[in-house]
Amino acid sequence: MTAVQDPTAPIAVPIAPDQARIARRERLRLLSHSPTFLVGCILVGIWVVCALFGTLIAPHDPEFPDVLNKLVGPSSDHLFGTDRLGRDVLSRVIVGARSVLVIAPLATLLGTVVGTTIGLVTGYYRGFADEATMRVVDAILAIPLIITSLLAVVALGPSRLTLILVIGLVFAPIIAKTVRAAVLGEAQLEYVQAARLRNERGVYVMFAEILPNVMGPIVVEFTVRLGYAIFTVATLSFLGFGADPSIPDWGQDISQHYQFISGGVWWPVLFPALAIATLIIGINLIADAIAQSFER
Amino acid sequence: MARFLLKRLGLATITLFLLTVIVFFASQVLPGNVGRRILGPFADQRAVDSLNHQLGTDKPLLTQYWDWISDFFRGDLGYSLAYNVPVSSLLGNALTHSLKLAAFAFVLVVPLAILGGVVAALKRDRLTDRAITLTGLSLSVVPEFVTGILLILVFGLWLDVLPVSANAPDGSSVLTQMRYLLLPALTLVILLFGYIARITRAGTIESLDAEYTRTAFLKGLPRRTVIRRHVLRNSLLPTIAVVATQTGYLIGGLVVIETLFNYPGMGRLIFTAANQKDFPLLESAVLIVGIGFLIATLLADIAYSLLNPRIRYSAAE
Repeated sequence: MTAVQDPTAPIAVPIAPDQARIARRERLRLLSHSPTFLVGCILVGIWVVCALFGTLIAPHDPEFPDVLNKLVGPSSDHLFGTDRLGRDVLSRVIVGARSVLVIAPLATLLGTVVGTTIGLVTGYYRGFADEATMRVVDAILAIPLIITSLLAVVALGPSRLTLILVIGLVFAPIIAKTVRAAVLGEAQLEYVQAARLRNERGVYVMFAEILPNVMGPIVVEFTVRLGYAIFTVATLSFLGFGADPSIPDWGQDISQHYQFISGGVWWPVLFPALAIATLIIGINLIADAIAQSFER
Repeated sequence: MARFLLKRLGLATITLFLLTVIVFFASQVLPGNVGRRILGPFADQRAVDSLNHQLGTDKPLLTQYWDWISDFFRGDLGYSLAYNVPVSSLLGNALTHSLKLAAFAFVLVVPLAILGGVVAALKRDRLTDRAITLTGLSLSVVPEFVTGILLILVFGLWLDVLPVSANAPDGSSVLTQMRYLLLPALTLVILLFGYIARITRAGTIESLDAEYTRTAFLKGLPRRTVIRRHVLRNSLLPTIAVVATQTGYLIGGLVVIETLFNYPGMGRLIFTAANQKDFPLLESAVLIVGIGFLIATLLADIAYSLLNPRIRYSAAE
């Protein structure tokens, strides 16, 4: 459904700077009291620490193959057991956080910057470019994200940069759609009209006047997209199109061990699976809490 | 009404055209030298040239696009490089398998999610609501292969009650087939539940807040009657239409689920084609998925506007 402009929208008076600051402080206070937000922060925080200092925390070398102890179940020496090459599963889970936590945020950032720019320009100027962009968005949305990424990664060959570019550029039009809808609402308001009457340049009106007022939807969209980016990166590496086969990676470790499940070997798949689940759920709890704090 | 339909059809046609351009671009332009990409860096140059000639990728881009698209709509989808058979002979079977799995999952998830959404809306902002909403949200954002693996571990290994493979032995009864399909279908159910429940909740809350609901309450009708006759009747049909527009996302999930459970549908076909760099198979399969999604969206859009005249008139302008 295309967003239809509402002519009856109230003409809001631009919020004075100190009022904006009060609103922001109020939102932060709400967030810090929200259990959803705190649980999300703890979950994500654990994995960020693992991504940053993983090699220091890990009890074993995640790459060292203990050939005498392949596929041994959890024990006091290997809390999460060992994998098919005799590597310590716990250490691989800890160090594996880095792979996804580098690619996904960079891809989301790229998508947000490009998408916000497109959304601002199309929402502010409207016209043909606007119509054209929305049709391209619809066409891209007609192919499921994972298939688009698969197609592009196969065409370009998997690498860290390809993953970032592909996911970022697929996200951009989706984010643009959200930003555009927010800009359409703002462009009717008096402060934008005033800036126009002052003869400000379009770039100034878009980035200095409108952008600060649509930051809410952009922040929410960024956190939601970050969850999807991790979803996509993990799935691609499970399918064998990950960034780098030589570094520990959750999705890849699962894909190399799920054939052993029928033999009763559950530890090399269960722990990376729980790692992915907790990280993504954590991010979405944060996204949900932020979205709610903006709604009030 | 005719103008509205024409406008929707026109927009869908433009989107379809862009879709073909994107698929063409990704599979025939992005790889640079397609033959080299398929055969790898060590292949003989003559082999690369002859494959490029066979695929037609040595012709000018516009000719390539025109050849590909006109062949596609004539039903000639080219030759699969990996299986060495015409692409069309592979797609039919795969499509049937996928539809079977998707339909099974839908039959399970739609009533369940609608029930969840309605209950959440009726208990709005209370603990039950937060529990349903947050559980649904959390479940729907976890990648399918993770939920699939967890389901396999719990039901296939520890409880040992369900088969791990999706493929029932040949000639088994419908019930046995369904038993084999239950784990992959449940994975899809978990993925879709949160989304459908959220839409149902929003729709129900909207009609709970509507004036006609307040009037019905003020008339002194019992709560049960108001909810059944006034709230649900107005909220459910549009909800179902909105849900239908989202069926495309199901197919993305199928790629992973079918690969995980080794089930011979569209998703696994796309995965195999991607793995083998079988570009003719890959582009046809992706295009068919996209077209299927566009048709589903178009139909749902029309159904939705039939149920909601406001949309119909504002869109036709």
